[in-house]
Amino acid sequence: MPARATWIAAILALVIVALPFTGLMPPYWVTLFNYIGISSLVAIGLVLLTGVGGMTSFGQAAFVGLGAYTTGALTVHFGMSPWLALPLALAVTGLGALLIGALTVRLSGHYLPIGTIAWGIALFYLFGNLSWLGAHDGLSGIPTLRIGDHALTEGRQYFIVVWLAVVSAVVAVQNLLGGRTGRAVRALRRSTAAAEAFGVNVAGTKLKVFVFAALLAGLAGWLYAHFQRSVAPGPFGVNAGIEYLLMAVVGGAGRVYGAILGATAITFLRDQLQNILPVLVGAPGNYEIVVFGAVLVFALQAAPAGLWPILFGPPRPGRLARRRPSAALGRRSVALRGAPLLDVRSACKRYGGLVAVDDVGFDVKAGEIVGLIGPNGAGKSTTFNLICGAQKLNSGEIVFRDASIAGATPQRIAARGLGRTFQHADIVADMSVLENVALGAHLRGEAGLLRAVLRLDRAEEGRLLDEAMRQLERVGLAPEAHKPAGSLALGQMRLVEVARALCLDPVLVLMDEPAAGLRFGEKKALAGLLRELRSDGVSVLLIEHDMDFVMSVADRLVVLDFGRKIAEGAPAAVRSDPRVRDAYLGGIAS
Amino acid sequence: MSAPHLEVQDVSVSYGRTQAVNGVTLAVPKGALVTLLGANGAGKSTLLNAIMGVLPAKGGIRFDGRAIEQLPLETRVVGGLSLVPERRELFPDLTVEDNLRLGGFRRSRIERAKELDGVYSQFPRLKERYRQLAGTLSGGERQMLAMGRAIMAQPKLLMLDEPSLGLAPRIVAEVFEHLVVLRESGVSVLLVEQNARAALQIADYAYVLELGSITKQGPAAEIANDERLIESYLGLGGTEY
Amino acid sequence: MDKTIFLFLVQDGVINGSIYALAAIALVLVFTVTRVILVPQGEFISFGAMTVAALEAGRMPPTAWLLVALGALSAAAALVQQRRTLSVRGVTLIVLFNLVLPALLAALTYALAPMKLGTAMNILLAVALIVPMGPMLYRVAFAPLANASVLVLLIAAFGVHFSLMGLGLVFFGPEGVSTQPLLTQSFTAGGIPITGQSVAVVAATALLLIVFALFFGRTLIGKALRACASNRLGARLVGIPTAIAGQISFGLAACLGAVSGVLAGPIVAIYYDSGFLIGLKAFVAAILGGLVSFPLTVLASLGVGIAESFFSFWTSNFKEVMVFSLILPVLLWRSLRQPAQAEEE
Repeated sequence: MPARATWIAAILALVIVALPFTGLMPPYWVTLFNYIGISSLVAIGLVLLTGVGGMTSFGQAAFVGLGAYTTGALTVHFGMSPWLALPLALAVTGLGALLIGALTVRLSGHYLPIGTIAWGIALFYLFGNLSWLGAHDGLSGIPTLRIGDHALTEGRQYFIVVWLAVVSAVVAVQNLLGGRTGRAVRALRRSTAAAEAFGVNVAGTKLKVFVFAALLAGLAGWLYAHFQRSVAPGPFGVNAGIEYLLMAVVGGAGRVYGAILGATAITFLRDQLQNILPVLVGAPGNYEIVVFGAVLVFALQAAPAGLWPILFGPPRPGRLARRRPSAALGRRSVALRGAPLLDVRSACKRYGGLVAVDDVGFDVKAGEIVGLIGPNGAGKSTTFNLICGAQKLNSGEIVFRDASIAGATPQRIAARGLGRTFQHADIVADMSVLENVALGAHLRGEAGLLRAVLRLDRAEEGRLLDEAMRQLERVGLAPEAHKPAGSLALGQMRLVEVARALCLDPVLVLMDEPAAGLRFGEKKALAGLLRELRSDGVSVLLIEHDMDFVMSVADRLVVLDFGRKIAEGAPAAVRSDPRVRDAYLGGIAS
Repeated sequence: MSAPHLEVQDVSVSYGRTQAVNGVTLAVPKGALVTLLGANGAGKSTLLNAIMGVLPAKGGIRFDGRAIEQLPLETRVVGGLSLVPERRELFPDLTVEDNLRLGGFRRSRIERAKELDGVYSQFPRLKERYRQLAGTLSGGERQMLAMGRAIMAQPKLLMLDEPSLGLAPRIVAEVFEHLVVLRESGVSVLLVEQNARAALQIADYAYVLELGSITKQGPAAEIANDERLIESYLGLGGTEY
Repeated sequence: MDKTIFLFLVQDGVINGSIYALAAIALVLVFTVTRVILVPQGEFISFGAMTVAALEAGRMPPTAWLLVALGALSAAAALVQQRRTLSVRGVTLIVLFNLVLPALLAALTYALAPMKLGTAMNILLAVALIVPMGPMLYRVAFAPLANASVLVLLIAAFGVHFSLMGLGLVFFGPEGVSTQPLLTQSFTAGGIPITGQSVAVVAATALLLIVFALFFGRTLIGKALRACASNRLGARLVGIPTAIAGQISFGLAACLGAVSGVLAGPIVAIYYDSGFLIGLKAFVAAILGGLVSFPLTVLASLGVGIAESFFSFWTSNFKEVMVFSLILPVLLWRSLRQPAQAEEE
């Protein structure tokens, strides 16, 4: 049963095919909407890249240029058929994106957008200086598309091709976002640490999204070349790159349909300004760019989140179609209670002159709850990060399930069965609760980008989502499954994180201050959940500041102060240890 | 009894989605050293930030008899309120002396020179390192510098957010001595601390903040002898989960 | 390549590099204090040259009218932004700086323009007209976005750039200009001719850099600006008015831009959009300097100038491609270094 989105797309497609021939659209508008459609393709790719993936690119126009120039050169210099030139244009664009992307996705923070400006400009000057691309004058005489003997010279006929491409792009991106890779992309935008902790290959995923967006731009370039029938470097520079970014941002970066809205708004604005302004000013000239810039600045001041949220409200996660329950995923075997699970030996971590973790050693056995406590700044979070692979040991050893994990990546450690939650609930606010939890099962699936786009991943998706539902039921949040995760109370978000960690099928879960900010009832529920996990054979290592809470649930406590372990044992013993009292209440001041 | 130097009336502060501070009322009399105790996450830092003007808050804040809750942060500084924040917020690529001089940015050149002499005599170690970059100082020295910088603004009331954080006990003792000297010189002090014992030894009055609300208050000596306080710190509060 | 050509290329590179250095310093300064990547810096450069050209021809430079219009916008923006805490003193200051000053400058220019008072006066007047535009632009476009992300600020900067560049085209037209050099003598050294203007460029740049170094290194206000860049919260906590810091940094950037344009005018033909390209190359230099360190930025600027010179000699067509591709390995190197540093904190 195809998803509702596919039905909508099919209906839209029919409307699109019919519309230009109904006589309702004057030719001027048809041309305008052809350009809007071509721009929409680029903007849709940008929404995926920037809005969802968090990578801002000013250089998408350069990929449009790659597609356009490739097909231009092939059809003009070699007489190739445009349809044959399409896969080649896409191949060239994809290869360029692979090379440029391999470097770009490794750039951090605001270096990434700056990097895209750099190669965007470099490519622009490349186009303008290669003589076989016509240098500054470009290529002309590019043939139109032909279907059999019929040449698509009328704007109306081209309209169909362009907008069918747009609809396909929308469907492809929606499919992508509804699958395993889409979840990974959204997660890594919110927090790289969380994505890594559940096995996502961050650089690889970013690269896939980058190439996908570039291919959409390349497709737009191909359409542009055969519509315009000439190409010159002008439309492929950074100015155009900014305009595409604007379309994505103005529409509300993160909404696929927003890209089309943005493309329409910007194109209309430019067009109208070009017509109106010389009349207003009373003299001919290019005033529209002046007003355009001013409108841009004031629009950003008024609505930093784009137009879509203003017009249509905040995003709601997609409705998931009803499915038959599917076969359960494979599970790890449960270790015997009391068997050694995690062994930290003489761990040391230094930052410059400061020793954050100083010769710390303790262990966690199967089927027990261990609390890691100590005053602020004692080194608890750093110890967690060392165990999860988020930070590297300076010396010492960590053994998990009989294998050393010192120096291993967080993804590998997750694959061995170590899950974690975070101090500040690292949930993707505009994904549904169910999808957030399903991220935890990332390593238990295999479907990649291609399978998602072609909807070949539905069976596996079903299994992953069922598993997520099961874990949600376990933490008692099943009724909230389809709500946007950002709408939950803090206590519920903590439970969502626990469910997500459980989706990993872990043998050990590290929890960072799970009770912080919870009310009494929520803490009771959490304590009950932890005891249930213990009896199911899942061990828990938790950092906690709420002493009542951790004393109630933990079997054993490990106390750190100034990076060193100062006590260890059953709660009652630790509580009355004078060294622990001193550490918490403070040394005598004089 | 003159009007309190600082009066906080029914102040609430939201931090993201949680209500970090719930209807807190407290007062700092002129020339007194008042301490605000509580476990991690109780809302102490949030409250100080709201009083200073870093965070928006609901409720009334009066300083020196004037309502200041609408005034911007910079105006509160000029009015004589100063904060030594939890993370010190020094300027790491400027020298110790530059950091101190900038502390007196809103005062006149003469006042700055005078205060600088005073700070150097109170903190000889800062004087030794006056040309060193602030980012290269040790933890204890950074705390001294942060305090010195706040003093340069000639505050009438100084607020400190967990000055003992991350410091060895010997340095904590030194820091607290400086606070006593400060109080003797007529500056009122509002001290937020996790290290309850040390704070209660030098304070006149204490408030205990738990989950955003004041649960206990009284003269420091009374609170220091209160077994319940110690119990709540060590999980003997009796709450079973 | 023989020694003469080599020296020639180096000289060319140093001159261009000096102009890039002035613009790059402005970019780094503005970025560290306000997190804005000042794309419109190029327009300050173009306007500088074109204002001087108009004055040389005895015409009233349109820059003056732009200043008046911008002043009116800025006054309106200031009144709106400060509506809750307005005082008589505050309003007076707003009116004085945003309405009276531009009017006075415009009137002065109107009176002096036909007199063709010589290169030095023209330069002073041009700079005087452009410097106040900096704080005005900050107030109108960027102050309301003070808490926005670097990305939103960058997009807004592009918006300002589009508007100013469009206005440049409208006011100054599409033709290029060449202005009179400050020093007309020339001499020979090392076998190559050196013009007086080249010396003027390098000397002026060096002088400005020294003044800046002194300002930021010795004065309290300079240190206060550095403090804003170093730790914004810390700066606020000691009472430094960070909003004014933004305006000052923009003013300094406008000054540097105008001076760059004025210095470049006699050397190369300046069109309404030439400044943007100069700004882009200065941007490369600023990135190479890490967007943080002033001395590194100056070195990087000279490097970019010299590299461009040599690229241009080897393959005149692809020098831009090479210059802009230069950034990428540097960005990668900095990115790979940074995560390690962040961890150490």
